[in-house]
Amino acid sequence: MPVRDTGGLKLWQRRTQRESLMHWVLWLIGIAIFAYCWQQISEATTWFFVWDAPRITQDIWTRATPPKWEYITQLGKPIWDTLNIATLGTIISLILAVPVAFLAARNTTPSALFIRPIALLIIVSTRSINSLIWALLLIAIIGPGVFAGVVAIAIRSIGFCAKLLYEAIEEIDTTQVEAITATGASRWQVMAYGIVPQIMPAFAGIAVFRWDINIRESTVLGLVGAGGIGLQLSSSLNVLAWPQVSLILLVILAAVVISEWVSAKVRAAII
Amino acid sequence: MSAADGSAPLIGKRWKKPPFVQRTWLRWLLILGFGAYLVAAFMTIDVNWSRVYEGLERGKQFVLAFTNPDFTSRSSDIWEGMVESIVMTITSSVVGIAISIPIALGAARNVAPLPIYLICRGIIAISRALQEIIVAILLVAIFGFGPLAGFFTLSFATIGFLSKLLAEDIESMDKVQAEAIKASGAKWTQWINYGVQPQVMPRLIGLSMYRIDINFRESAILGLVGAGGIGATLNTAFDRYEYDTAAAILITIIVIVMALEYLSGIIRARVQ
Repeated sequence: MPVRDTGGLKLWQRRTQRESLMHWVLWLIGIAIFAYCWQQISEATTWFFVWDAPRITQDIWTRATPPKWEYITQLGKPIWDTLNIATLGTIISLILAVPVAFLAARNTTPSALFIRPIALLIIVSTRSINSLIWALLLIAIIGPGVFAGVVAIAIRSIGFCAKLLYEAIEEIDTTQVEAITATGASRWQVMAYGIVPQIMPAFAGIAVFRWDINIRESTVLGLVGAGGIGLQLSSSLNVLAWPQVSLILLVILAAVVISEWVSAKVRAAII
Repeated sequence: MSAADGSAPLIGKRWKKPPFVQRTWLRWLLILGFGAYLVAAFMTIDVNWSRVYEGLERGKQFVLAFTNPDFTSRSSDIWEGMVESIVMTITSSVVGIAISIPIALGAARNVAPLPIYLICRGIIAISRALQEIIVAILLVAIFGFGPLAGFFTLSFATIGFLSKLLAEDIESMDKVQAEAIKASGAKWTQWINYGVQPQVMPRLIGLSMYRIDINFRESAILGLVGAGGIGATLNTAFDRYEYDTAAAILITIIVIVMALEYLSGIIRARVQ
Protein backbone atom coordinates (compact mmCIF):
# COMPACT_ATOMS: atom_id res chain seq x y z
CA MET A 1 0.00 0.00 0.00
CA PRO A 2 1.43 3.38 -0.94
CA VAL A 3 2.12 5.28 2.27
CA ARG A 4 3.87 8.60 2.64
CA ASP A 5 5.97 8.97 5.77
CA THR A 6 6.17 12.58 6.99
CA GLY A 7 8.00 12.88 10.33
CA GLY A 8 6.60 9.75 11.92
CA LEU A 9 3.07 10.41 10.64
CA LYS A 10 2.04 7.84 8.06
CA LEU A 11 -0.40 9.04 5.45
CA TRP A 12 -2.25 6.75 3.05
CA GLN A 13 -2.04 7.70 -0.59
CA ARG A 14 -3.97 6.39 -3.53
CA ARG A 15 -0.97 5.91 -5.77
CA THR A 16 2.76 5.41 -5.42
CA GLN A 17 5.01 8.24 -6.54
CA ARG A 18 5.86 6.41 -9.72
CA GLU A 19 2.22 5.81 -10.56
CA SER A 20 1.23 9.40 -9.98
CA LEU A 21 4.13 10.58 -12.12
CA MET A 22 2.92 8.31 -14.93
CA HIS A 23 -0.57 9.73 -14.50
CA TRP A 24 0.67 13.27 -14.80
CA VAL A 25 2.65 12.49 -17.94
CA LEU A 26 -0.38 10.81 -19.53
CA TRP A 27 -2.60 13.75 -18.64
CA LEU A 28 -0.01 16.17 -20.05
CA ILE A 29 0.14 14.27 -23.37
CA GLY A 30 -3.64 14.11 -23.50
CA ILE A 31 -4.03 17.82 -22.88
CA ALA A 32 -1.36 18.63 -25.45
CA ILE A 33 -3.19 16.55 -28.08
CA PHE A 34 -6.47 18.22 -27.20
CA ALA A 35 -4.92 21.69 -27.39
CA TYR A 36 -3.42 20.90 -30.78
CA CYS A 37 -6.75 19.58 -32.10
CA TRP A 38 -8.61 22.58 -30.77
CA GLN A 39 -6.14 24.87 -32.52
CA GLN A 40 -6.85 23.04 -35.79
CA ILE A 41 -10.58 23.62 -35.38
CA SER A 42 -10.04 27.20 -34.35
CA GLU A 43 -8.00 27.89 -37.49
CA ALA A 44 -10.73 26.48 -39.72
CA THR A 45 -13.43 28.58 -38.07
CA THR A 46 -14.62 32.01 -39.09
CA TRP A 47 -14.87 33.47 -35.59
CA PHE A 48 -16.86 36.47 -36.77
CA PHE A 49 -19.79 34.16 -37.53
CA VAL A 50 -19.45 32.52 -34.14
CA TRP A 51 -19.57 35.82 -32.25
CA ASP A 52 -22.60 36.66 -34.33
CA ALA A 53 -24.28 33.37 -33.42
CA PRO A 54 -26.67 34.60 -30.67
CA ARG A 55 -28.20 37.16 -33.03
CA ILE A 56 -28.56 34.55 -35.80
CA THR A 57 -30.12 32.08 -33.39
CA GLN A 58 -32.68 34.63 -32.33
CA ASP A 59 -33.32 35.53 -35.95
CA ILE A 60 -33.93 31.89 -36.94
CA TRP A 61 -36.12 31.39 -33.89
CA THR A 62 -38.39 34.33 -34.78
CA ARG A 63 -38.61 33.10 -38.37
CA ALA A 64 -39.35 29.51 -37.39
CA THR A 65 -42.10 30.20 -34.85
CA PRO A 66 -44.94 29.58 -35.02
CA PRO A 67 -44.72 26.40 -37.16
CA LYS A 68 -46.86 26.39 -40.30
CA TRP A 69 -49.46 23.91 -39.06
CA GLU A 70 -51.48 23.66 -42.29
CA TYR A 71 -48.39 22.26 -44.03
CA ILE A 72 -48.97 18.98 -42.18
CA THR A 73 -51.49 17.89 -44.83
CA GLN A 74 -48.61 17.54 -47.26
CA LEU A 75 -46.54 15.45 -44.87
CA GLY A 76 -48.73 12.32 -44.85
CA LYS A 77 -47.11 10.65 -47.85
CA PRO A 78 -43.51 11.44 -46.78
CA ILE A 79 -44.18 9.99 -43.32
CA TRP A 80 -45.64 6.85 -44.90
CA ASP A 81 -42.56 6.60 -47.12
CA THR A 82 -40.29 7.01 -44.10
CA LEU A 83 -42.11 4.25 -42.26
CA ASN A 84 -41.83 1.99 -45.31
CA ILE A 85 -38.12 2.67 -45.72
CA ALA A 86 -37.48 1.75 -42.10
CA THR A 87 -39.75 -1.32 -41.99
CA LEU A 88 -38.91 -2.85 -45.36
CA GLY A 89 -35.24 -2.04 -44.85
CA THR A 90 -35.30 -3.81 -41.50
CA ILE A 91 -37.04 -6.88 -42.95
CA ILE A 92 -34.61 -7.19 -45.86
CA SER A 93 -31.62 -6.68 -43.58
CA LEU A 94 -32.87 -9.36 -41.18
CA ILE A 95 -33.27 -11.82 -44.06
CA LEU A 96 -29.69 -11.10 -45.09
CA ALA A 97 -28.31 -10.93 -41.56
CA VAL A 98 -29.46 -14.39 -40.43
CA PRO A 99 -27.17 -16.40 -42.75
CA VAL A 100 -24.29 -14.01 -42.11
CA ALA A 101 -24.77 -14.44 -38.35
CA PHE A 102 -24.78 -18.25 -38.64
CA LEU A 103 -21.62 -18.08 -40.75
CA ALA A 104 -19.95 -15.75 -38.25
CA ALA A 105 -20.81 -17.57 -35.02
CA ARG A 106 -17.97 -19.79 -33.83
CA ASN A 107 -20.21 -22.75 -33.04
CA THR A 108 -22.18 -22.83 -36.29
CA THR A 109 -19.75 -21.59 -38.93
CA PRO A 110 -18.87 -24.23 -41.53
CA SER A 111 -15.26 -23.07 -41.68
CA ALA A 112 -13.62 -20.93 -39.00
CA LEU A 113 -10.62 -20.35 -41.20
CA PHE A 114 -12.16 -19.12 -44.46
CA ILE A 115 -15.84 -18.32 -44.14
CA ARG A 116 -15.88 -16.75 -40.67
CA PRO A 117 -13.44 -13.91 -41.56
CA ILE A 118 -15.51 -13.12 -44.66
CA ALA A 119 -18.69 -12.94 -42.59
CA LEU A 120 -16.93 -10.73 -40.02
CA LEU A 121 -15.67 -8.47 -42.80
CA ILE A 122 -19.23 -8.08 -44.10
CA ILE A 123 -20.37 -7.20 -40.58
CA VAL A 124 -17.63 -4.62 -39.98
CA SER A 125 -17.81 -2.96 -43.37
CA THR A 126 -21.60 -2.59 -43.45
CA ARG A 127 -21.64 -1.37 -39.87
CA SER A 128 -18.90 1.23 -40.11
CA ILE A 129 -20.41 3.11 -43.05
CA ASN A 130 -23.36 5.34 -42.22
CA SER A 131 -26.69 4.85 -43.97
CA LEU A 132 -26.42 8.35 -45.48
CA ILE A 133 -23.24 7.30 -47.26
CA TRP A 134 -24.86 4.09 -48.45
CA ALA A 135 -27.76 6.20 -49.69
CA LEU A 136 -25.42 8.55 -51.56
CA LEU A 137 -23.82 5.56 -53.24
CA LEU A 138 -27.09 3.86 -54.08
CA ILE A 139 -28.56 7.05 -55.50
CA ALA A 140 -25.62 7.23 -57.87
CA ILE A 141 -26.26 3.61 -58.84
CA ILE A 142 -30.04 3.11 -58.90
CA GLY A 143 -31.31 6.66 -58.95
CA PRO A 144 -33.03 8.75 -56.26
CA GLY A 145 -36.20 7.59 -54.58
CA VAL A 146 -37.65 5.47 -51.82
CA PHE A 147 -36.11 2.28 -53.21
CA ALA A 148 -32.57 3.61 -52.73
CA GLY A 149 -33.49 4.44 -49.13
CA VAL A 150 -34.82 0.94 -48.48
CA VAL A 151 -31.68 -0.66 -49.85
CA ALA A 152 -29.42 1.77 -47.95
CA ILE A 153 -31.14 1.02 -44.65
CA ALA A 154 -31.07 -2.71 -45.42
CA ILE A 155 -27.34 -2.80 -46.13
CA ARG A 156 -26.46 -0.61 -43.18
CA SER A 157 -28.45 -2.77 -40.75
CA ILE A 158 -26.92 -6.11 -41.81
CA GLY A 159 -23.79 -5.60 -39.74
CA PHE A 160 -25.63 -4.45 -36.62
CA CYS A 161 -28.21 -7.26 -36.67
CA ALA A 162 -25.71 -9.95 -37.63
CA LYS A 163 -23.28 -8.89 -34.90
CA LEU A 164 -25.88 -9.03 -32.12
CA LEU A 165 -27.35 -12.23 -33.53
CA TYR A 166 -24.08 -14.12 -33.80
CA GLU A 167 -23.23 -13.13 -30.24
CA ALA A 168 -26.59 -14.60 -29.21
CA ILE A 169 -25.86 -17.78 -31.19
CA GLU A 170 -22.47 -18.15 -29.51
CA GLU A 171 -24.12 -17.92 -26.09
CA ILE A 172 -26.69 -20.69 -26.61
CA ASP A 173 -27.05 -23.65 -24.26
CA THR A 174 -25.18 -26.55 -25.88
CA THR A 175 -27.04 -29.26 -23.96
CA GLN A 176 -30.22 -28.61 -25.92
CA VAL A 177 -28.33 -28.82 -29.20
CA GLU A 178 -26.75 -32.07 -28.03
CA ALA A 179 -30.14 -33.50 -27.09
CA ILE A 180 -31.51 -32.78 -30.56
CA THR A 181 -28.37 -34.23 -32.17
CA ALA A 182 -28.74 -37.36 -30.04
CA THR A 183 -32.17 -38.04 -31.55
CA GLY A 184 -30.48 -38.44 -34.89
CA ALA A 185 -31.45 -35.08 -36.34
CA SER A 186 -29.75 -33.80 -39.45
CA ARG A 187 -27.69 -30.61 -39.49
CA TRP A 188 -30.67 -28.52 -40.58
CA GLN A 189 -33.00 -30.12 -38.06
CA VAL A 190 -30.51 -29.33 -35.31
CA MET A 191 -30.57 -25.70 -36.46
CA ALA A 192 -34.35 -25.54 -36.62
CA TYR A 193 -35.12 -27.34 -33.34
CA GLY A 194 -31.96 -26.88 -31.27
CA ILE A 195 -30.62 -23.42 -32.08
CA VAL A 196 -33.44 -21.33 -33.54
CA PRO A 197 -35.85 -21.63 -30.56
CA GLN A 198 -33.06 -20.45 -28.27
CA ILE A 199 -32.20 -17.33 -30.25
CA MET A 200 -35.79 -16.43 -31.19
CA PRO A 201 -36.33 -13.94 -28.30
CA ALA A 202 -32.97 -12.30 -29.03
CA PHE A 203 -33.86 -12.15 -32.71
CA ALA A 204 -37.21 -10.47 -32.06
CA GLY A 205 -35.58 -8.01 -29.68
CA ILE A 206 -32.87 -7.14 -32.20
CA ALA A 207 -35.46 -6.70 -34.97
CA VAL A 208 -37.51 -4.21 -32.98
CA PHE A 209 -34.46 -2.40 -31.65
CA ARG A 210 -33.04 -1.97 -35.14
CA TRP A 211 -36.43 -0.92 -36.48
CA ASP A 212 -36.46 1.89 -33.93
CA ILE A 213 -32.97 3.03 -34.99
CA ASN A 214 -33.97 2.76 -38.65
CA ILE A 215 -36.96 5.05 -38.15
CA ARG A 216 -34.52 7.67 -36.87
CA GLU A 217 -32.12 7.16 -39.75
CA SER A 218 -34.77 7.08 -42.45
CA THR A 219 -36.12 10.48 -41.39
CA VAL A 220 -32.89 12.09 -42.58
CA LEU A 221 -32.17 9.92 -45.64
CA GLY A 222 -34.14 12.35 -47.78
CA LEU A 223 -31.43 14.96 -47.28
CA VAL A 224 -29.39 13.18 -49.92
CA GLY A 225 -32.45 12.36 -52.05
CA ALA A 226 -33.42 8.89 -50.85
CA GLY A 227 -37.08 9.60 -50.12
CA GLY A 228 -39.06 10.11 -46.95
CA ILE A 229 -39.65 13.19 -44.86
CA GLY A 230 -36.04 14.29 -45.21
CA LEU A 231 -36.81 15.33 -48.80
CA GLN A 232 -39.37 17.83 -47.51
CA LEU A 233 -36.88 18.99 -44.90
CA SER A 234 -34.14 19.65 -47.40
CA SER A 235 -36.43 21.40 -49.88
CA SER A 236 -37.86 23.59 -47.11
CA LEU A 237 -34.34 24.40 -45.93
CA ASN A 238 -33.27 25.25 -49.47
CA VAL A 239 -36.03 27.82 -49.86
CA LEU A 240 -35.49 29.05 -46.27
CA ALA A 241 -39.10 28.25 -45.33
CA TRP A 242 -38.34 28.17 -41.61
CA PRO A 243 -41.96 27.71 -40.40
CA GLN A 244 -42.14 24.53 -42.50
CA VAL A 245 -38.75 23.41 -41.20
CA SER A 246 -39.87 23.76 -37.60
CA LEU A 247 -43.05 21.78 -38.29
CA ILE A 248 -41.08 19.00 -40.00
CA LEU A 249 -38.66 18.87 -37.08
CA LEU A 250 -41.59 18.53 -34.68
CA VAL A 251 -43.04 15.70 -36.79
CA ILE A 252 -39.65 13.92 -36.88
CA LEU A 253 -39.33 14.34 -33.13
CA ALA A 254 -42.79 12.84 -32.62
CA ALA A 255 -41.96 9.92 -34.94
CA VAL A 256 -38.74 9.21 -33.06
CA VAL A 257 -40.42 9.35 -29.66
CA ILE A 258 -43.31 7.10 -30.79
CA SER A 259 -41.00 4.53 -32.37
CA GLU A 260 -38.84 4.45 -29.26
CA TRP A 261 -41.94 3.94 -27.12
CA VAL A 262 -43.22 1.13 -29.37
CA SER A 263 -39.85 -0.60 -29.40
CA ALA A 264 -39.50 -0.35 -25.60
CA LYS A 265 -43.02 -1.80 -25.13
CA VAL A 266 -42.46 -4.68 -27.54
CA ARG A 267 -39.06 -5.53 -26.09
CA ALA A 268 -40.48 -5.48 -22.57
CA ALA A 269 -43.23 -7.87 -23.73
CA ILE A 270 -40.72 -10.27 -25.31
CA ILE A 271 -38.10 -10.40 -22.60
CA MET B 1 -48.66 -32.38 -18.29
CA SER B 2 -51.21 -33.56 -20.85
CA ALA B 3 -53.64 -35.21 -18.46
CA ALA B 4 -53.34 -32.62 -15.72
CA ASP B 5 -54.38 -29.54 -17.70
CA GLY B 6 -57.47 -31.28 -19.07
CA SER B 7 -56.64 -30.88 -22.75
CA ALA B 8 -56.98 -33.70 -25.31
CA PRO B 9 -54.64 -36.62 -24.69
CA LEU B 10 -51.34 -36.22 -26.50
CA ILE B 11 -50.79 -39.94 -27.07
CA GLY B 12 -51.03 -40.81 -30.73
CA LYS B 13 -50.75 -37.16 -31.79
CA ARG B 14 -47.83 -35.95 -33.76
CA TRP B 15 -45.72 -33.37 -31.89
CA LYS B 16 -45.87 -29.90 -33.31
CA LYS B 17 -43.59 -26.98 -32.68
CA PRO B 18 -45.13 -24.60 -30.15
CA PRO B 19 -45.95 -21.30 -31.88
CA PHE B 20 -44.00 -18.15 -31.02
CA VAL B 21 -47.16 -16.19 -30.12
CA GLN B 22 -49.38 -18.32 -27.89
CA ARG B 23 -52.84 -16.81 -28.42
CA THR B 24 -54.31 -17.96 -31.73
CA TRP B 25 -56.38 -14.88 -32.56
CA LEU B 26 -53.47 -12.56 -31.75
CA ARG B 27 -51.14 -14.61 -33.91
CA TRP B 28 -53.45 -14.49 -36.92
CA LEU B 29 -54.17 -10.80 -36.36
CA LEU B 30 -50.44 -10.05 -36.32
CA ILE B 31 -49.77 -12.16 -39.42
CA LEU B 32 -52.70 -10.71 -41.38
CA GLY B 33 -51.98 -7.13 -40.32
CA PHE B 34 -48.35 -7.53 -41.24
CA GLY B 35 -49.23 -9.05 -44.59
CA ALA B 36 -51.66 -6.24 -45.35
CA TYR B 37 -49.05 -3.67 -44.41
CA LEU B 38 -46.45 -5.30 -46.64
CA VAL B 39 -48.82 -5.27 -49.62
CA ALA B 40 -49.67 -1.62 -48.97
CA ALA B 41 -46.02 -0.72 -48.58
CA PHE B 42 -44.96 -2.43 -51.78
CA MET B 43 -47.80 -0.75 -53.67
CA THR B 44 -46.53 2.73 -52.84
CA ILE B 45 -42.91 2.13 -53.74
CA ASP B 46 -42.48 2.77 -57.39
CA VAL B 47 -39.22 1.31 -58.57
CA ASN B 48 -38.00 2.38 -61.97
CA TRP B 49 -36.59 -0.98 -62.97
CA SER B 50 -35.09 0.22 -66.22
CA ARG B 51 -33.19 2.87 -64.26
CA VAL B 52 -32.04 0.22 -61.80
CA TYR B 53 -30.93 -1.96 -64.69
CA GLU B 54 -28.95 0.91 -66.19
CA GLY B 55 -27.41 1.59 -62.81
CA LEU B 56 -26.15 -1.96 -62.40
CA GLU B 57 -23.28 -1.16 -64.75
CA ARG B 58 -22.24 1.70 -62.45
CA GLY B 59 -22.70 -0.58 -59.46
CA LYS B 60 -20.32 -3.04 -61.04
CA GLN B 61 -17.80 -0.25 -61.61
CA PHE B 62 -18.08 0.72 -57.97
CA VAL B 63 -17.52 -2.82 -56.74
CA LEU B 64 -14.55 -3.11 -59.09
CA ALA B 65 -13.22 0.20 -57.75
CA PHE B 66 -12.87 -1.47 -54.36
CA THR B 67 -10.33 -3.85 -55.83
CA ASN B 68 -8.44 -0.90 -57.26
CA PRO B 69 -8.85 2.08 -54.91
CA ASP B 70 -7.18 5.33 -55.87
CA PHE B 71 -5.45 6.83 -52.84
CA THR B 72 -3.03 9.02 -54.77
CA SER B 73 -4.76 11.42 -57.14
CA ARG B 74 -6.78 13.13 -54.38
CA SER B 75 -4.45 12.26 -51.56
CA SER B 76 -4.24 15.80 -50.16
CA ASP B 77 -8.05 16.14 -50.02
CA ILE B 78 -8.42 12.74 -48.37
CA TRP B 79 -5.65 13.53 -45.90
CA GLU B 80 -7.13 16.92 -44.95
CA GLY B 81 -10.63 15.50 -44.57
CA MET B 82 -9.44 12.59 -42.47
CA VAL B 83 -7.36 14.83 -40.20
CA GLU B 84 -10.35 17.12 -39.75
CA SER B 85 -12.59 14.14 -38.94
CA ILE B 86 -10.11 12.82 -36.38
CA VAL B 87 -9.62 16.27 -34.84
CA MET B 88 -13.39 16.67 -34.51
CA THR B 89 -13.67 13.19 -33.01
CA ILE B 90 -10.99 13.83 -30.38
CA THR B 91 -12.14 17.29 -29.29
CA SER B 92 -15.84 16.46 -29.25
CA SER B 93 -15.26 13.21 -27.37
CA VAL B 94 -13.14 14.96 -24.71
CA VAL B 95 -15.57 17.84 -24.23
CA GLY B 96 -18.65 15.62 -24.51
CA ILE B 97 -17.36 13.13 -21.93
CA ALA B 98 -16.26 15.94 -19.59
CA ILE B 99 -19.73 17.50 -19.71
CA SER B 100 -21.62 14.23 -19.51
CA ILE B 101 -19.99 13.14 -16.23
CA PRO B 102 -21.65 15.86 -14.08
CA ILE B 103 -24.89 15.42 -16.00
CA ALA B 104 -24.76 11.66 -15.37
CA LEU B 105 -24.26 12.34 -11.65
CA GLY B 106 -27.23 14.68 -11.76
CA ALA B 107 -29.36 12.14 -13.61
CA ALA B 108 -28.71 9.36 -11.07
CA ARG B 109 -31.55 9.31 -8.56
CA ASN B 110 -29.37 7.98 -5.72
CA VAL B 111 -26.91 10.88 -6.00
CA ALA B 112 -28.93 13.92 -7.03
CA PRO B 113 -32.03 15.55 -5.51
CA LEU B 114 -35.25 15.54 -7.53
CA PRO B 115 -35.10 19.00 -9.21
CA ILE B 116 -31.56 18.43 -10.50
CA TYR B 117 -32.53 14.91 -11.54
CA LEU B 118 -35.41 16.21 -13.65
CA ILE B 119 -33.29 18.90 -15.32
CA CYS B 120 -30.52 16.45 -16.20
CA ARG B 121 -32.97 13.82 -17.49
CA GLY B 122 -34.54 16.55 -19.64
CA ILE B 123 -31.18 17.44 -21.17
CA ILE B 124 -30.53 13.77 -21.91
CA ALA B 125 -33.96 13.28 -23.50
CA ILE B 126 -33.51 16.31 -25.79
CA SER B 127 -30.05 15.25 -26.83
CA ARG B 128 -31.15 11.69 -27.60
CA ALA B 129 -34.25 12.67 -29.55
CA LEU B 130 -32.43 14.94 -32.03
CA GLN B 131 -30.33 13.23 -34.66
CA GLU B 132 -26.77 14.33 -35.26
CA ILE B 133 -27.39 15.37 -38.82
CA ILE B 134 -30.36 17.60 -37.96
CA VAL B 135 -28.44 19.26 -35.13
CA ALA B 136 -25.58 19.74 -37.59
CA ILE B 137 -27.86 21.46 -40.11
CA LEU B 138 -29.09 23.91 -37.48
CA LEU B 139 -25.61 24.54 -36.07
CA VAL B 140 -24.16 25.11 -39.53
CA ALA B 141 -26.88 27.70 -40.06
CA ILE B 142 -25.91 29.32 -36.76
CA PHE B 143 -22.10 29.03 -36.65
CA GLY B 144 -21.32 28.90 -40.35
CA PHE B 145 -19.52 26.17 -42.29
CA GLY B 146 -16.61 24.36 -40.76
CA PRO B 147 -15.57 21.84 -38.14
CA LEU B 148 -16.79 23.97 -35.21
CA ALA B 149 -20.41 23.10 -36.01
CA GLY B 150 -19.43 19.44 -36.25
CA PHE B 151 -17.59 19.68 -32.94
CA PHE B 152 -20.66 21.09 -31.19
CA THR B 153 -22.94 18.51 -32.82
CA LEU B 154 -20.85 15.54 -31.74
CA SER B 155 -20.33 16.90 -28.23
CA PHE B 156 -24.07 17.38 -27.87
CA ALA B 157 -24.80 13.86 -29.10
CA THR B 158 -22.12 12.41 -26.81
CA ILE B 159 -23.81 13.98 -23.77
CA GLY B 160 -27.11 12.20 -24.39
CA PHE B 161 -25.54 8.82 -25.04
CA LEU B 162 -22.93 8.76 -22.31
CA SER B 163 -24.92 10.46 -19.54
CA LYS B 164 -27.86 8.09 -19.92
CA LEU B 165 -25.80 4.91 -19.77
CA LEU B 166 -23.48 6.20 -17.07
CA ALA B 167 -26.41 7.38 -14.93
CA GLU B 168 -27.92 3.90 -15.16
CA ASP B 169 -24.62 2.44 -14.00
CA ILE B 170 -24.41 4.88 -11.07
CA GLU B 171 -27.97 4.01 -10.08
CA SER B 172 -27.17 0.31 -9.97
CA MET B 173 -23.91 0.69 -8.01
CA ASP B 174 -23.13 -1.07 -4.74
CA LYS B 175 -24.42 1.14 -1.92
CA VAL B 176 -22.32 -0.50 0.76
CA GLN B 177 -18.99 0.80 -0.51
CA ALA B 178 -20.30 4.33 -0.93
CA GLU B 179 -21.76 4.24 2.57
CA ALA B 180 -18.47 3.05 4.03
CA ILE B 181 -16.73 6.08 2.57
CA LYS B 182 -19.46 8.36 3.93
CA ALA B 183 -19.15 6.77 7.37
CA SER B 184 -15.47 7.67 7.46
CA GLY B 185 -16.50 11.34 7.43
CA ALA B 186 -15.88 12.13 3.79
CA LYS B 187 -17.11 15.32 2.18
CA TRP B 188 -19.51 15.10 -0.79
CA THR B 189 -16.69 15.47 -3.32
CA GLN B 190 -14.62 12.84 -1.51
CA TRP B 191 -17.63 10.58 -1.40
CA ILE B 192 -18.05 10.86 -5.18
CA ASN B 193 -14.33 10.49 -5.75
CA TYR B 194 -13.67 7.46 -3.52
CA GLY B 195 -17.09 5.86 -3.13
CA VAL B 196 -18.78 6.23 -6.51
CA GLN B 197 -16.07 6.86 -9.08
CA PRO B 198 -14.05 3.63 -8.65
CA GLN B 199 -17.23 1.59 -9.10
CA VAL B 200 -18.30 3.18 -12.39
CA MET B 201 -14.83 3.78 -13.86
CA PRO B 202 -14.58 0.56 -15.94
CA ARG B 203 -17.99 1.21 -17.47
CA LEU B 204 -17.14 4.87 -18.10
CA ILE B 205 -13.96 3.92 -19.94
CA GLY B 206 -15.74 1.25 -21.96
CA LEU B 207 -18.56 3.60 -22.93
CA SER B 208 -16.12 6.39 -23.79
CA MET B 209 -14.20 4.14 -26.14
CA TYR B 210 -17.43 3.05 -27.78
CA ARG B 211 -18.55 6.66 -28.14
CA ILE B 212 -15.23 7.69 -29.70
CA ASP B 213 -15.87 4.96 -32.25
CA ILE B 214 -19.38 6.28 -32.94
CA ASN B 215 -18.17 9.88 -33.09
CA PHE B 216 -15.64 9.01 -35.74
CA ARG B 217 -18.25 7.22 -37.83
CA GLU B 218 -20.66 10.14 -37.46
CA SER B 219 -17.95 12.69 -38.27
CA ALA B 220 -17.67 11.01 -41.65
CA ILE B 221 -21.17 12.14 -42.63
CA LEU B 222 -21.32 15.60 -41.04
CA GLY B 223 -19.45 16.94 -44.04
CA LEU B 224 -22.54 16.28 -46.18
CA VAL B 225 -24.23 19.29 -44.57
CA GLY B 226 -21.08 21.38 -44.36
CA ALA B 227 -20.01 20.62 -40.79
CA GLY B 228 -16.46 19.60 -41.63
CA GLY B 229 -14.73 16.26 -41.95
CA ILE B 230 -14.26 13.67 -44.68
CA GLY B 231 -17.94 13.69 -45.70
CA ALA B 232 -17.55 16.67 -48.02
CA THR B 233 -14.72 14.98 -49.92
CA LEU B 234 -16.72 11.77 -50.13
CA ASN B 235 -19.77 13.62 -51.42
CA THR B 236 -17.72 15.33 -54.10
CA ALA B 237 -16.19 12.01 -55.12
CA PHE B 238 -19.66 10.48 -55.55
CA ASP B 239 -20.97 13.50 -57.44
CA ARG B 240 -18.10 13.30 -59.90
CA TYR B 241 -18.50 9.51 -60.22
CA GLU B 242 -14.91 9.06 -59.04
CA TYR B 243 -15.59 5.67 -57.56
CA ASP B 244 -11.96 4.76 -57.08
CA THR B 245 -11.45 7.79 -54.82
CA ALA B 246 -14.71 7.09 -52.98
CA ALA B 247 -13.61 3.49 -52.49
CA ALA B 248 -10.29 4.70 -51.08
CA ILE B 249 -12.10 6.96 -48.58
CA LEU B 250 -14.50 4.20 -47.55
CA ILE B 251 -11.66 1.73 -47.08
CA THR B 252 -9.83 4.28 -44.93
CA ILE B 253 -12.94 4.77 -42.79
CA ILE B 254 -13.44 1.01 -42.39
CA VAL B 255 -9.78 0.49 -41.45
CA ILE B 256 -9.85 3.27 -38.85
CA VAL B 257 -13.11 1.97 -37.37
CA MET B 258 -11.64 -1.54 -37.19
CA ALA B 259 -8.49 -0.21 -35.52
CA LEU B 260 -10.58 1.74 -33.00
CA GLU B 261 -12.68 -1.33 -32.26
CA TYR B 262 -9.56 -3.43 -31.72
CA LEU B 263 -8.03 -0.76 -29.48
CA SER B 264 -11.20 -0.38 -27.43
CA GLY B 265 -11.34 -4.17 -27.05
CA ILE B 266 -7.83 -4.17 -25.56
CA ILE B 267 -8.53 -1.22 -23.26
CA ARG B 268 -11.85 -2.64 -22.08
CA ALA B 269 -10.24 -6.01 -21.37
CA ARG B 270 -7.57 -4.26 -19.29
CA VAL B 271 -9.89 -2.14 -17.13
CA GLN B 272 -12.41 -4.87 -16.39
